[in-house]
Amino acid sequence: MSSFRHKHLLGIEYLSREDIELILDTADSFKEINTREIKKVPTLRGRTIINLFYEASTRTRTSFEIAGKRLSADTINISASASSVAKGETLEDTARNIEAMRPDIIVMRHGASGSPHYLAKRLDCSIINAGDGAHEHPSQALLDMMTIREHKGTLEGLTVAIVGDIAHSRVARSNLYGLVKMGARVRLAAPGTMMPPGIERLGAELYHDMNEAIRDADVVMMLRIQMERQGNTMLPTLREYARYYGLNPENLKLAKKDALVMHPGPVNRGVELSSVVADGAQNVILDQVENGVAVRMALLYLVSGGEKSEE
Amino acid sequence: MAKKTIILDSAGVQRALTRIAHEILEYNKGVENLVLVGIRTGGDHLAAVLQKKVEDIEGAAISLGALDISMYRDDIASRTDIEVGKTDISFPLDGKKVVLVDDVLYTGRTIRAAMGALMDLGRPKNIQLAVLIDRGHRELPIRPDYIGRNVPTAREEKIEVVFDEDLCPVEVQLNKPQ
Repeated sequence: MSSFRHKHLLGIEYLSREDIELILDTADSFKEINTREIKKVPTLRGRTIINLFYEASTRTRTSFEIAGKRLSADTINISASASSVAKGETLEDTARNIEAMRPDIIVMRHGASGSPHYLAKRLDCSIINAGDGAHEHPSQALLDMMTIREHKGTLEGLTVAIVGDIAHSRVARSNLYGLVKMGARVRLAAPGTMMPPGIERLGAELYHDMNEAIRDADVVMMLRIQMERQGNTMLPTLREYARYYGLNPENLKLAKKDALVMHPGPVNRGVELSSVVADGAQNVILDQVENGVAVRMALLYLVSGGEKSEE
Repeated sequence: MAKKTIILDSAGVQRALTRIAHEILEYNKGVENLVLVGIRTGGDHLAAVLQKKVEDIEGAAISLGALDISMYRDDIASRTDIEVGKTDISFPLDGKKVVLVDDVLYTGRTIRAAMGALMDLGRPKNIQLAVLIDRGHRELPIRPDYIGRNVPTAREEKIEVVFDEDLCPVEVQLNKPQ
């Protein structure tokens, strides 16, 4: 008997290894639906899910929307630019107004770390964090772990190198929490300006030389340089970044022969990934996207089950 | 402690399934367009036994699938055991005569969910229902076509079909709470 006692999914930090295994197993089962001709099951019929996105997102929002629809829930998207947020309403007021319409789940992305936690304390519905500031992006880490597990059979004992702007990456932080809990070794590689002080306390090995980090790795996870955010202040030039922290066919040879190349997307070709690697046989980037729908179905399903604690 | 009675032993289960295999073949006049789909978990193991018996009797192959119905249940909000298994039906259902196999028929809600799940996978010609035990207490208008044993029960009693490590049925127990 497996139960999932979390009413909210705020971060990987709060999950146990058993929780993560249950989510991944559930996602495995839901994945089959996505290959059917009729891609819909009645599991969440009558539930209302609101996607509340304060930051631009195509992939994550679409993935959550498809996940909800395939489970027969009614999903509604609210994006900051098109709503009263642009008219100056506070987060709490917006959320209370949305709650008055009685949604069952709010899927939320916000630029401020901790904002889903803030709403989870104040609202009755379940909150799923779809990315909060530079804090966590739990569904991304879960789909990454699902993809690794699918290809490697297990996460236990694997060496995973995460390369890029660790300091601003919620993807890196969620993956670090999750992979360590699942028994993987995590190496982080970044230029000095992009490595947050103290992150080794979460169980990572730190590298400034990317080549050392990816040597004999089972998985190389490349992070996106967020050009819209810190392209100018953190780096001298993108070309220099690509030279020292970009993955290309040459340095990829340092990793294990069957190493997986992962990227949360969207890829900056020629910056963190060379085009040859981005299209190469080792990349599993589209598997990540495919598994994203299944993982989000699993999350929506599991937070909807009975007997929740308030945490 | 619950009081345990064995309603069917291993040989009894085998005899009941052999009879059901014959009945399925007689009613459907052979195996043409016929498939077996077992409901997880329990029904899928029994369906595998039925497959072998049908093939032995008829000398022709019959397809076997397994159906997980947790996504189709109507009680998600009150359920704590929330595990979802895999559906494994690797053949098209359109135009097929589907024999749905379950271990114990009780309220009928599982069968309703299973029929919904089958309909989403295709358009079978018809759906028939085979159960090892019918314990009564139906809450929906559902009636089995093939029954191993009718067992009148009280609601607080539990019926369990026990399988061994090779997923062969060993016995059927009736557990009375004391």
